[in-house]
This record gives sequence, structure tokens and C-alpha cells, in this order.
Amino acid sequence: MNPNSNDPLVMIDNERHLFKVSRSNFTDPEVFAKERERIFSTCWLYLGHESELKKPGDFVTRVVGGRSIVFNKDRQGEMRALFNSCPHRGAQVCRERKGNAKAFQCFYHGWVFGQDGALRSQPGEDSYAQGFKDDPDSNMRQVPRLESYRGLYFICYDPQAVTLEEYLGNAKEYLDLVCDQAVDGMEVIGGTQEYAMNANWKLLVENSIDGYHAVSTHATYLDYLKSMEGGLTDVGLKGVGKDLGNGHGVIEYTAPWGRPAGQWISLWGEEGKNEIDALNARNEKLYGKEKADRIAYKNRNLLIFPNLIINDIMSLTIRTFFPQSPSLLHVNAWAAGPREESEAARQFRLSNFLEFLGPGGFATPDDVEALEQCQLGYRNSQEARWNDISKGMKLDEPSMDDEAQMRAFWREWDRRLTGSEQAQGVGA
Amino acid sequence: MSVETLKAVDAAPITRPEVEDFLYLEAALLDEWRLPEWLDLFTDDAIYDIPPTDIAADASSANNLFYIADDRYRLGERVKRLMKRTAHAEYPHSKTRHQISNVRILSQEAGLVEVTCNFTTYRTKDDFSNFFFGRLLHTLDISGDDIKIKAKRVVLDTNGLRNQGRISIIL
Repeated sequence: MNPNSNDPLVMIDNERHLFKVSRSNFTDPEVFAKERERIFSTCWLYLGHESELKKPGDFVTRVVGGRSIVFNKDRQGEMRALFNSCPHRGAQVCRERKGNAKAFQCFYHGWVFGQDGALRSQPGEDSYAQGFKDDPDSNMRQVPRLESYRGLYFICYDPQAVTLEEYLGNAKEYLDLVCDQAVDGMEVIGGTQEYAMNANWKLLVENSIDGYHAVSTHATYLDYLKSMEGGLTDVGLKGVGKDLGNGHGVIEYTAPWGRPAGQWISLWGEEGKNEIDALNARNEKLYGKEKADRIAYKNRNLLIFPNLIINDIMSLTIRTFFPQSPSLLHVNAWAAGPREESEAARQFRLSNFLEFLGPGGFATPDDVEALEQCQLGYRNSQEARWNDISKGMKLDEPSMDDEAQMRAFWREWDRRLTGSEQAQGVGA
Repeated sequence: MSVETLKAVDAAPITRPEVEDFLYLEAALLDEWRLPEWLDLFTDDAIYDIPPTDIAADASSANNLFYIADDRYRLGERVKRLMKRTAHAEYPHSKTRHQISNVRILSQEAGLVEVTCNFTTYRTKDDFSNFFFGRLLHTLDISGDDIKIKAKRVVLDTNGLRNQGRISIIL
């Protein structure tokens, strides 16, 4: 229960440049139930990448927004998203995590479904009324909306939702900057990092686009890079934070680490330099110098509301996460890279990823610890009630270590949960 | 992996009790957070790998995203990091218990011994306890005076890390 139920969930004071978020938002089961209804049932949610389903018949099963989903490619090459429940009694039809299948069979009573979820046959067909098989209710249900943007597939459980492109809005510019790093398409690299945090999911939203915590939380990672010969350039951490509308936010900035997308570090050697130079030259030819430089030298931590993070930093990660309860979240994270990338470049990409990211990296475990400590701290939320998200609110152009991109998330979250339209202040 | 017969070896063969003693020593050093000493058990070209659980256990870290794929340099840095107070994920240090069983020597050739064993590692941090379990594959170099680890691969039997959250300790 919200201990102070008359309080707003998000309190914005544009005059005093204060932005406060109630800590009950991270613990209250009622808030959690509303999130399921008003966010995870109505927003576009990331399902998977086109490269995960290469051949007709390929499928993966995934839990998205609390629903069990089969994401598959049918014989004609069309991508599909099915609710993984048998229309007969509801058992999960597909019990494998991934594979290739011409048809799906529920083992309980033996009903068989096509790649489009349509009922093909069921034992004892004679006992059913004529036309039973033609009734749409006899099929596995399709997710109401499945749309893609540049190889990223999203689903939405609300048939009335705006199109994915409209939903992504200004975030498309940033997705393009990521996808344009490949001429032959991006691919998700084999292997999923599946982990968890004893923390509310919104803490990971904030953390994933937080340019303020690096120096303190990630001291050991920075020590590591500094100690490594050729591990860093002399470029500083500098850039902007932006509210992209619709709840999406981004920080875009320069940083000292190597970027397989175009920022060479001497650790990668002469051969690595030649490769990066060629990459940047190719991009300049394709996109012009300004955009090529932005691709090469700018890092992007991008939030697609509510729960997709694409971090184009020292490596490229796609990360999505779902609450299991107010204080537990599950994360799925993948590495992605251009299909045409050389073996050496792929290794730098993966090596960079593992140094920083993921549950065995030199940085992410400390983020997990921070978020879990926040969640533990919220035991005091009846007395110590508010989180502060005000940093940079008084500025016209908030920087990457300010919190405008988080305020973007919270405004949209508040709008969807409570219907309140709180005015946007200076600098968002 | 199938049960393989012992092959003839050039070096004096090592026995299972000797291997067990070594693995128990390794486990004790980890449980006692004597990580620099633990690191000394490794050869200069050693690797330490933990593949994710949705790909083959023998997959390569060159073209797959692992949880951990350390060469000797990064393993050393991992140890340095874990010994710092600013390794927040492990400060205060969690309590761990590394259990080893079902030790088998798979092959011995040219001073290199392939060993597999089952493991369970328990961990307590703050008020939470959880455990990791699966199989360890050690490649031991017995050509010198001391046994050294040339490769260690941790094959988890869980689906991902839903109960463990992270791998901030060494398994």
C-alpha cells in the first residue's frame, strides 16, 4: 500500500526545479498491478531481433510483459508472435526455448497447430461439431500487434495502439544511428545473458541511462581501463541528455573507451586501426562526415519506453527486463554487431562487452548491488519518502550526467498510470 | 561428455586423489578470499570461461556472448578488482562455500590433464543466500613442479542466472 496515498506518485515543481518520485512506486503492489494494466498491456514491448530467426520454422519462446510468447518465422518467411497457450485447456504448447518446427503440438491432448497457430488436427476429431476447426477460437491466439523497425521486432497487447513507428517517434533517429553501423544488417550474437535483480524494474531504467553514477559506482572499471596499456583515449566524458518524447530518453556523449563502431584505441593495434579507419571512411561516404563522426565517436544510452535499452557504448547491447514483483526483475541481454564485421572486430566487441557489461563484468555487478541497495533502502519509504531526479532541471541544455532523460521516463510513466499531464519545465 | 579411458602419458601420471587435493585447495582459497594466491594456481596463458546457458557448453567465446571469458590478464584484473573495497558487488565480501564432487580424470597427455567434476557453490550476501551448480572442466598442466590450471570452464546447469542475479564471485 502507498503509505501516503494522497501524495502524488511524481511531484514536479518547475519553479524550484525539483522533480521528486515517490518511493512507494518501487514497492506498492497496487502500483505494480496498475503498471501491468496501463504499461505492459498497452505499450510496444521488444520481442526479439530478426537475426534470431534465420530459417523458416525457427522459433524462440520468451516471456514478454508477463505473457508467454512464441516468436517464429513461418514457411513463407513471415514473422509471427503467438500466445503460447493451447486453445483447448491452456497448457503451454511449445516447451522449448528455441528450435525449428514445422508445427507445434500440445502434449496434453495432442492438438497440432501450424506455424500460424491454426489448429491442424486433434485426436478424436469426429467427436467435435462440424466446423470446429474453422472457428478462430480453436487456434492459438496471435498477439494483436507485431511490427518491426529495422530488424527490431516489437509486440503490443493493445489492438488500438498507435503504430510502432509513431510510438518510437524521435527515438528512431537514435535507432538509425545504431542500425546504420551495419551495411549488411545487424545481428544478435549467439548467447543470451539472463540474470535478475532484487530490485524494482524502474531502477534499472534509470540506471541504464544514468551518466552521473559512473565515477562513483564504476571506480574499479575505470581503474581497470586506466591500468591497461592502450585501453583508453584522452577523450572526456561529455555530452547531452534528452527527453525524446513518448517516454523515450537518451544520453549521447563522447567517452575515452574504444568503440568498435569507430573509435580506435591503441590496444587494438595497427591492424585494428586500419579496420576502424576503413569503417569510418565507408560511413563518411555513405552518410557524410557529420553523421559518420556521430556514429563513430558518440556513445548512446537509449531508452525506448518502458523497458528496452539499447546501449551503443564500448560495445552494443540490447537489454530488456520485466518485473516479476515490485522487488524482482528479470533481465535478458544480448550483444549485437554488424553481420559483415571481421573476426578480429567481433572479438574486440565481445571483449569490450564482457569487461563492462553483464552479470560477470567489471561494472554491471556493481550496478546490481546499487539497485538492490536502493530497494532495501525503500523499506524506509513511509518516513524517507522521495527520490530526487532534479539534476540539471534548471539548465536549458542538460548534460549527459544530468537527469532529463529519466524525467522523460517518469513523466510518461505518471501520465500512463494516473492520467496526469504535468507541465514540462525548463530543460525537461 | 562420454567416459574416456586413460591414455598413456609421457609425464608421470597424476592420480585422482592428487587432483582432488588440488581442487579442494582451489576451493578453500576461494572460500577464504585468498584470491591472489588462487590466481597463482594459473598458468600465464590461462583462460577462465563461463558460457551462457542457452548455447552449447563447448561453444567458443570468440563468436558468442559469454558471462565471463577471461584471459590471464583479465583474470588478474578481476582478482585485483575483487580485493578492492570499491568492488561494490562484493563489499562486504559475500560468504561462499565451494563444494566439489564426482571428480574424474578424462585424459592425460603431454603433461596436460583434463579433469571434470561437479560443483555447488553457495553464496550469502546481506540476508540473501543462493547457489550455483553445474560442472567444472579443468585443464591442468602437470609438467612443472606445481600443478597449474591452464583452462577452467564453468558449465552452469541453471537456465541463466534468475536465482543468482550475477556472478560477482569466482566459481
